[in-house]
Amino acid sequence: MNFMVVVLWTDVLLFILLAVCLAYARHAARRPHLRAPWARMARSASGMAAATVLSAFALIGVLDSLHYRPLIEAKPGVPGPARYAVEVRSVLDLVIQGVLGPMAGKSEKTYSAPLATHAFSRENIERPGPDGKPRQVREYPRLANGGAHLKDPAREWAADVATHAVRGMVFGFIAWLALAFVLLGAYAANHQEDGGIAGVWGDAWSGRGRLPWRSILITLLVICLCAGVAATLGSRYHLLGTDKVGQDVLYLALKSVRTALIIGTLTTLVMLPMGVLLGIAAGYFGGWIDDAIQYVYTTLNSIPGVLLIAASVLMMQVAIDANPGWFATAAERADFRLLCLCFILGMMSWTGLCRLMRGEALKLRELEYVQAARAFGVSRLAIIVRHILPNVMHLVIISAVMDFSGMVLTEAVLSYVGVGVDPSMSSFGSMINAARLEMSRDPMVWWSLAAAFFFMLALVLAANLFADAVRDAFDPRLSPKRRRRGLLAKASA
Amino acid sequence: MSAVLEIGGLNTRIETAGGVIRALDDVSFEIARGETFAVVGESGCGKSMTALSIMRLLPEAAWIDSGRVDQEGRRLLELPEYEMRDVRGRRIGMIFQEPATSLNPVMTCGEQIVEVLERHGIARGAAARARALDWLQRVGIPDPAQRMDDYPFQLSGGMKQRVMIALALCSEPEVLIADEPTTALDVTIQAQILDLLVELQRSNGMAMLLITHDLGVVARMAHRVALMYAGEMIEIGSRASFFARPLHPYAARLFAALPGSASRGSPLMTIPGMVPPLTTEFAGCRFAPRCAFAHARCEAEAPGWHMAATDGTTSHRARCHLLEEGEVPPLRAEAGAAAAALPVSQQGALLEVRDLKVHFPIRRGLFRRTVGHVRAVDGVSLTIGAGRTLALVGESGCGKTTVGKGLLQLIAPSAGSIRFDGRELAGAPAKVLRQSRSLMQIVFQDPFASLNPRMRVGEIIAEGMASFGLGVDQAGRDREAASLLAQVGLPADARDRYPHEFSGGQRQRIAIARALAVEPKLIVCDEPTSALDVSVQAQILNLLADLQRERGVALLFITHNLAVVEHLAHDIAVMYLGRIVESGSADEVLRRPRHPYTQALLAAVPRIEGGAEAPQVADRKLFADLPSPANPPAGCHFHTRCSRATAECAAAYPEARIVSQTHRVHCIHAQ
Repeated sequence: MNFMVVVLWTDVLLFILLAVCLAYARHAARRPHLRAPWARMARSASGMAAATVLSAFALIGVLDSLHYRPLIEAKPGVPGPARYAVEVRSVLDLVIQGVLGPMAGKSEKTYSAPLATHAFSRENIERPGPDGKPRQVREYPRLANGGAHLKDPAREWAADVATHAVRGMVFGFIAWLALAFVLLGAYAANHQEDGGIAGVWGDAWSGRGRLPWRSILITLLVICLCAGVAATLGSRYHLLGTDKVGQDVLYLALKSVRTALIIGTLTTLVMLPMGVLLGIAAGYFGGWIDDAIQYVYTTLNSIPGVLLIAASVLMMQVAIDANPGWFATAAERADFRLLCLCFILGMMSWTGLCRLMRGEALKLRELEYVQAARAFGVSRLAIIVRHILPNVMHLVIISAVMDFSGMVLTEAVLSYVGVGVDPSMSSFGSMINAARLEMSRDPMVWWSLAAAFFFMLALVLAANLFADAVRDAFDPRLSPKRRRRGLLAKASA
Repeated sequence: MSAVLEIGGLNTRIETAGGVIRALDDVSFEIARGETFAVVGESGCGKSMTALSIMRLLPEAAWIDSGRVDQEGRRLLELPEYEMRDVRGRRIGMIFQEPATSLNPVMTCGEQIVEVLERHGIARGAAARARALDWLQRVGIPDPAQRMDDYPFQLSGGMKQRVMIALALCSEPEVLIADEPTTALDVTIQAQILDLLVELQRSNGMAMLLITHDLGVVARMAHRVALMYAGEMIEIGSRASFFARPLHPYAARLFAALPGSASRGSPLMTIPGMVPPLTTEFAGCRFAPRCAFAHARCEAEAPGWHMAATDGTTSHRARCHLLEEGEVPPLRAEAGAAAAALPVSQQGALLEVRDLKVHFPIRRGLFRRTVGHVRAVDGVSLTIGAGRTLALVGESGCGKTTVGKGLLQLIAPSAGSIRFDGRELAGAPAKVLRQSRSLMQIVFQDPFASLNPRMRVGEIIAEGMASFGLGVDQAGRDREAASLLAQVGLPADARDRYPHEFSGGQRQRIAIARALAVEPKLIVCDEPTSALDVSVQAQILNLLADLQRERGVALLFITHNLAVVEHLAHDIAVMYLGRIVESGSADEVLRRPRHPYTQALLAAVPRIEGGAEAPQVADRKLFADLPSPANPPAGCHFHTRCSRATAECAAAYPEARIVSQTHRVHCIHAQ
């Protein structure tokens, strides 16, 4: 084997979470009352478009969670145990390296603008003068990798960029056709639609059919086109420029996706059991249990969150620094810090859910089916598990999905303040933090910030749209808007 | 007579996930000045949709497809919305079912009336206030000057409905639409509100569209009656001829399904099948699948209107082929031998309750000090014989539900003794209690809240069995569940379905099967039929009677519906403000009531037999509000509302007077 699998804590938890989601999907698929709201959600065009974007992000996150350490080539003739590199890499790194080639990672000296062929700032360079003697010249040096294939950048640059952009789009389009074919084919085979894939294709574009395929396909097309352009242009230029130490911003942004996803999901995972169990206990048992739980969350709520989190993070940092022996690699240390951050955030943010659950349990406790179960002598734990929990699950799902985007934004704020993730781990917050000082430079270094902004916007907006669709589907009180019909419509028209 | 409101060919549709519902199909009628036109029917038949279509207040998913609504020459369906707003409230007033939610809780009653007056430009400022005061007086609110500035939460339900009526009538509309105006109220309050409406109609000459499911209210109020079924009007006629000789087979069946003293001891007539879903295209008569007289033509051809022999001025007509064919369906099915004895097994007392008290502490202040008690149940004594039915009757808030829950220890009793089958349950250790739980079960009022929506019917029924370890294994419990479902008249495949797939009546059957699963000796039925339609109620009452006959279970029937009590109770206990004021055998209490409260309750029930000539509640003192159980009046609790009260009544709570071996009355004036 020429690599060693590395399993980080957050990887484990992320895959457990994925497994739980899949198990829930299987469980729900067989129960009509659980399946119905998801089926309703699946009919929402904006919700499914958002789900498509989220799936793309999730794919990046999952690929970035498969970690390994490559084998160090042993010197020929030197026997001994296989040695592995200290640097932990992920499958995503492998993919990016394969696609972007030398552009990925740290490949320039310092800042360069998007698609640039020359550095952002002038340097002193020795050039042979007309007299043959070396002479100091102050100019913009060519980049080591970005646009290195061009002989005369001034003349060739525009045509080259345009050609590769178009090529990228063509590749993207072909990839999209293939993807659409696979997706629709699988759907047609599963649902025995009339007319097979052609029928589904026709339905998709005419907006018939049960799923909003048109929105899904259009979203997918946009993603494929972006990916295609990123692949062709990104392997020749730094598509989004480079940062202060010459790292490709596109690469940094892609690596930040996992951090955001981990914070968004694992924090929820930490907070759910606390919020749900304490909330239901408070509502169902009442009395001193209710009082105690209420006092705890009211107190917790009245302390400024950032203050508490900063204090906890600093304590954790001290512990990490004091015990360097805990971690084999820097990646493990960064990962541990990320995990702790999830826990700390989780412990701080369960109060809202807890309050919601308490109110719901107070209401459900008085319902007649709970009374009937009490009349049967069913134990209190069994009543909570069988009668209360299943009837608050829809609220739990709604709040988990809605909290996700909040958590992503919180991470950005914390990293900006400096109490977020490890400096060696890329995250949107660190990118913004690093870019903040360069905003006052003239000409401005805007691309780091812009890249972080747009990636985060796409992720959070998709998460919010998805959350809206989920809430609409799960909340029975909301009914879709309808247009006016009948006599009155004619009269007012 | 000129019509103030004419509705022609009204078609209303609702779009749902299951298709387009034909909520109203070709509904036509007219109401004359000073007339009360009652629309009756079971839930979902389109009664309320009719009212909402006239007011153009339909929910978003619904629309009027075609039709005509004319109010004194105004074509309401063609008016722009801003003109329609002048019609609503000014020309057509409306009162709703639930007085608690139809008043704005953050405005005083006076402000709300003034707002209406000012909106319609009838009066402003001081003049409007004076008018509002006048209206509060007219609807019979005591001390109106003070009540003007009260918020709705400070008023009782009956008072709120009076304010609502004042609100609807203060702009003197030509038409009043009353959508189930008394359904949420107690019988004594209902009688007052109905009297008030009649009185106001007489003085204002307004036309009234009364929507109700209660045939008793119709008989008391209506001049003309329309019966609706599945979105269609199927019979229209004057009150006298409608009640004397219903033409449509559905009407006849509906009458036969009404419980009462006449049906005692015999099963009620039920209507087989269910109302067809309104998403279907109907080819023939909508009632045909459930009709005993249906023939080939009924399936194929929708019946038109056919007159019966006209009686005087109003025509009596129905949509039924039989009328055209000259074959009038037989009259109301005669009940079996009148007042046949109910099956009774005499085995002595199964449950003996002595002096049961349930007090809820009122806590105030920082340290939650107990400052008083709500005496929801304050010394109730009951005896239920094995296999007998005891009806516990009383108005809302009298504590009858709390008695039921106290018996089952769902609420811990504060004092008293509950002896069940010779064992003391009050204050018994948890283990004894758990064992006794299988002997006493409960069926709740609301069939939609009493079944866990996330559990299959089979799991719901098996829950109790599993809890008590009945039925050795899963398979045994499944078998038992299947046989119980058959016993309550549900198909075996119901086991794998979820509660939302069933109608209200079917859900109530599931709740009964769940209770029966643990083989109880006593079932507490807490208003089990009050959320159901008449025909479904008949099925449930028959089911309970059958179960009692076959299994010998005793029933504690908690209800406010005296007609149901007359139908099935062996014994009756009447409750007022946490205490039982009169108890005895059904015959004694219903035929020879001794307590003034029992007499008032019985008099207030609107009855079909009496019609409008029924004696009105003469005793205006009864109109006073129910006192608070936190602070009951001294002496006899009822003396504040009793016409026979004397100074002596306020002195001490009256001891039980023994009228006969079974009949006891707590009243010093009882003869």
